[in-house]
Amino acid sequence: MDIKITVIDRSGVPHQLVAPTDMSMNLMEVCKAYELHVDGICGGMAMCASCQCYVLSDHPLSEKSADEEAMLSEAFHVKENSRLGCQIPMDKKLGGLKVELAPE
Amino acid sequence: MIRTNIIIIGAGPTGLFAVFEAGLLNLKCHLIDSLPKPGGQCAEIYPKKPIYDIPSRTEILAGDLVDKLMEQIEPFQPGFTLGETAQEIQKQADGSFVVITDKGTYHHAPVVAIAGGLGTFEPRKPNLSNLAQWEDKGVDYIIREPEKYRDKKVLIAGGGDSALDWSIVLAEVAQSVTLVHRRNEFRGALESVDKVQALKDQNKIEIITPAEITALEGDKHLNSLTVTREGTSLVRFIDFFIPLFGLTPKLGPIAQWGLEIEKNAIKVDNSLDYQTNIPGIYAIGDVNTYPGKLKLILCGFHEATLMCQSAFRRLYPEKRNVLKYTTVSGINGFDGSRKEAQKSIIKTIE
Repeated sequence: MDIKITVIDRSGVPHQLVAPTDMSMNLMEVCKAYELHVDGICGGMAMCASCQCYVLSDHPLSEKSADEEAMLSEAFHVKENSRLGCQIPMDKKLGGLKVELAPE
Repeated sequence: MIRTNIIIIGAGPTGLFAVFEAGLLNLKCHLIDSLPKPGGQCAEIYPKKPIYDIPSRTEILAGDLVDKLMEQIEPFQPGFTLGETAQEIQKQADGSFVVITDKGTYHHAPVVAIAGGLGTFEPRKPNLSNLAQWEDKGVDYIIREPEKYRDKKVLIAGGGDSALDWSIVLAEVAQSVTLVHRRNEFRGALESVDKVQALKDQNKIEIITPAEITALEGDKHLNSLTVTREGTSLVRFIDFFIPLFGLTPKLGPIAQWGLEIEKNAIKVDNSLDYQTNIPGIYAIGDVNTYPGKLKLILCGFHEATLMCQSAFRRLYPEKRNVLKYTTVSGINGFDGSRKEAQKSIIKTIE
């Protein structure tokens, strides 16, 4: 099953993306698949924060792991609603998710 | 001037494996990398993470992959210029190239292979308005020589391995060490965290958490920092401020070499040999792009192999090179070593 999500890029442009929920993809990978500018340097191991985003919608996201908490504590431009895209697995509960990419 | 057959820029897995494939064709390689050790991202970012998609290796730690590649290429005696960034390339009249690093080391070869991954790793800098003003005047992002800080007052910011490890090293050298982090928790090897705790208990390291640096001040040299902890400002008089927030890759000087760039990567001809728009310069691994590109180590290995075949033809247009199977020809190291399959034993049974 696919879900629709909205990703606002760093120039403020919203992109509607269709994300599969059965390919064990995370938000960072979906952004890359759509060629949005997300580096994902560490490949999704919560070790670089290049996929940091601000969650704008009210969705039940999984709790942050210790690794994600630690990485966000070292990242810049961190806000209350900051998450690492690579730590958000695409799930059918996340239909309508809206996020904004954090500055690089 | 260092002379070789192929200058490889970037000593990550792709660059390292290129040495092996070049070696099978009797070509010598010299690698340049801005990091002080080989291995690229595997060594710098995730040495302890397992990789599962290296053919035949059901699981291998990134750091072990690098060690094994180093072992594999050893017979081909690669040269290394480490801790230096390839800054400039000069095309010579005969079509060969000179690559010059930021430290002024010259390398000459008829072929250049860029295996630079996502680029040169540069320190991530905290967002402080006048930070640049104090660079090299009290602000250092990389510790090259701990002796520089002997009997000085040092403040380190960061919460990862490097912040912990350098706090431990400098506690023995500096007059005072202050470690500032945004959280009370640190992310690092348990041993390092325990060591810092012990040094704190012995009053050898001052730890200020959860806190952030909010202002820098000085005269000709940085001399004080404002640390804000839960809304309260503290001032620390220091000689050096060392923010250690990890490294981030930037394509860097390569972007100015006249190569065709697309999506922050170098365009290559993937239907043939991964050559760039400048004949004699190749780009392999994560640094290149072409239709259908996948940034995977195993794809980098393949690209390195085809690049070496093309480099051979460029060096020796008159020679017919043949594909060698290592099962048949074995490996003849440049160091005189030889590896080969055991000969079959033919013996009569009486």
